[in-house]
Amino acid sequence: MKYLKTLLLLSVLVMMYHDVVAQNYMTRNGMIRFYSEAPLENIEAVNRQVSSVINTETGEFVFRVVMRSFNFEKALMQEHFNENYIESHKYPNASFQGRITNIDEINFSVPGEYVAQVEGELTIRDVTRSISKTGTFIVNGEEILGKSTFDIAVADYNIRIPTAVVNNIAEVVEVTVEVPLKKMN
Amino acid sequence: MKLKLIIWLIGFSCVFATGLHAQGLMDLLDETEEPVTEYTYATFKTTRIVSGQSIENPHSGVLLFVISHRFGRLNTGAYELWGLDQSTIRLGFEYGVNDRLALGLGRSSFEKTYDGSVKYKILRQSSGARVMPVTLSVFTGIYVNSLHWREPDRENYFSSRLSYAGQLLIARKFSNTLSLQLSPTMIHKNLVETERDPNDIYALGIGGRFRLSNRITFNAEYFHLFTRETARNFDSPILLGFDIETGGHVFQLHITNTQPFFERGFITETKSNLFEGDIYFGFNISRAFTIRKPKL
Repeated sequence: MKYLKTLLLLSVLVMMYHDVVAQNYMTRNGMIRFYSEAPLENIEAVNRQVSSVINTETGEFVFRVVMRSFNFEKALMQEHFNENYIESHKYPNASFQGRITNIDEINFSVPGEYVAQVEGELTIRDVTRSISKTGTFIVNGEEILGKSTFDIAVADYNIRIPTAVVNNIAEVVEVTVEVPLKKMN
Repeated sequence: MKLKLIIWLIGFSCVFATGLHAQGLMDLLDETEEPVTEYTYATFKTTRIVSGQSIENPHSGVLLFVISHRFGRLNTGAYELWGLDQSTIRLGFEYGVNDRLALGLGRSSFEKTYDGSVKYKILRQSSGARVMPVTLSVFTGIYVNSLHWREPDRENYFSSRLSYAGQLLIARKFSNTLSLQLSPTMIHKNLVETERDPNDIYALGIGGRFRLSNRITFNAEYFHLFTRETARNFDSPILLGFDIETGGHVFQLHITNTQPFFERGFITETKSNLFEGDIYFGFNISRAFTIRKPKL
């Protein structure tokens, strides 16, 4: 019994220690751009208020995107995006929760460019899908710039494109992510 | 037994702790989040509920081209093809100078009237860091009747052609389905037909929209006239319509008991009674052009 108690205490200590050294990097003004290429028109929207945190110890990585903060060239498109397609009043945020699977190959304390495999769960409009994408981390002292470009099929997230605008909106949109992460104190 | 239980507990707590970590990072985002002010958008689909002004402006840098069309009375019979022969139109432009200020210009075939307008959003409905229950706009319009003088031989003044409208627009988007608006209105006419007609007329507009689907809304509007002592016993206008949205266009189909499109005309000079079959059918088409592109 006695050695068990010691084990318990030790494991708690290990977990606490783990929390202490866990180093988080965060941003509130990350950028997500999406680009839809269709026969009649190309649509681009940019969101510069993306929140993200990464734990460089464990490789855990989360994002949160306020859907209302996407800006379009045409104001009417922005209104339709929020009102008809994303329904921002019902689903205000999109989020990603995942981890870097090749964390062993990335040394966040040494400046340089690293290729990262990221997998996790992307939630848009309350629909959660497992995704696995490749990105890069550019480490520069106290700052880490995370970058990735990938495709998302809008149908995966129950976004219906009416037949009247099938030539205006692409079925698969290209998503670009850029998050300048800063060391948290 | 106890030993096994404890080992299981330790095992579980370790798995649980690591499993919770990603969620922990999400909580970290929540905890450090600063509240922002979220302004309500799309209280109405366009700048008019049916014919009356809504609190919506064209977006900043957007030019709205509005073609309004209204036929004659349905109960005029087959000879007039139930009103189709007597249509009136208005062509109008509205421009959003910024998020609050909009300017408008238009020309109606009804009494060959030119109109100019300024609409300014004073308060914007919002939630979050700053809560504002309603959107409040002020609208002013000036109307120039350009018909030939009825009595060209006497001395006529240009000022006699002018009339004005002033409105406060108070609206609230209660939900994604329901928006309501109150529009206290004053109309001033420099020249009236007879001594019995007042120069100033006061009215209260009540309007709203009900969303039927993502792209279709039902809109209704009524202006109650407080000044009814007029030579021709003008009636209060009732306007009903549907907004149908297709990408860059909004189509508004409506039935009314009034023919003009501008405030002085439809608020104070409605001659027909909807319930006696004096129904005018009409439609508006508005198309948005982005003149000034925002920086993304």
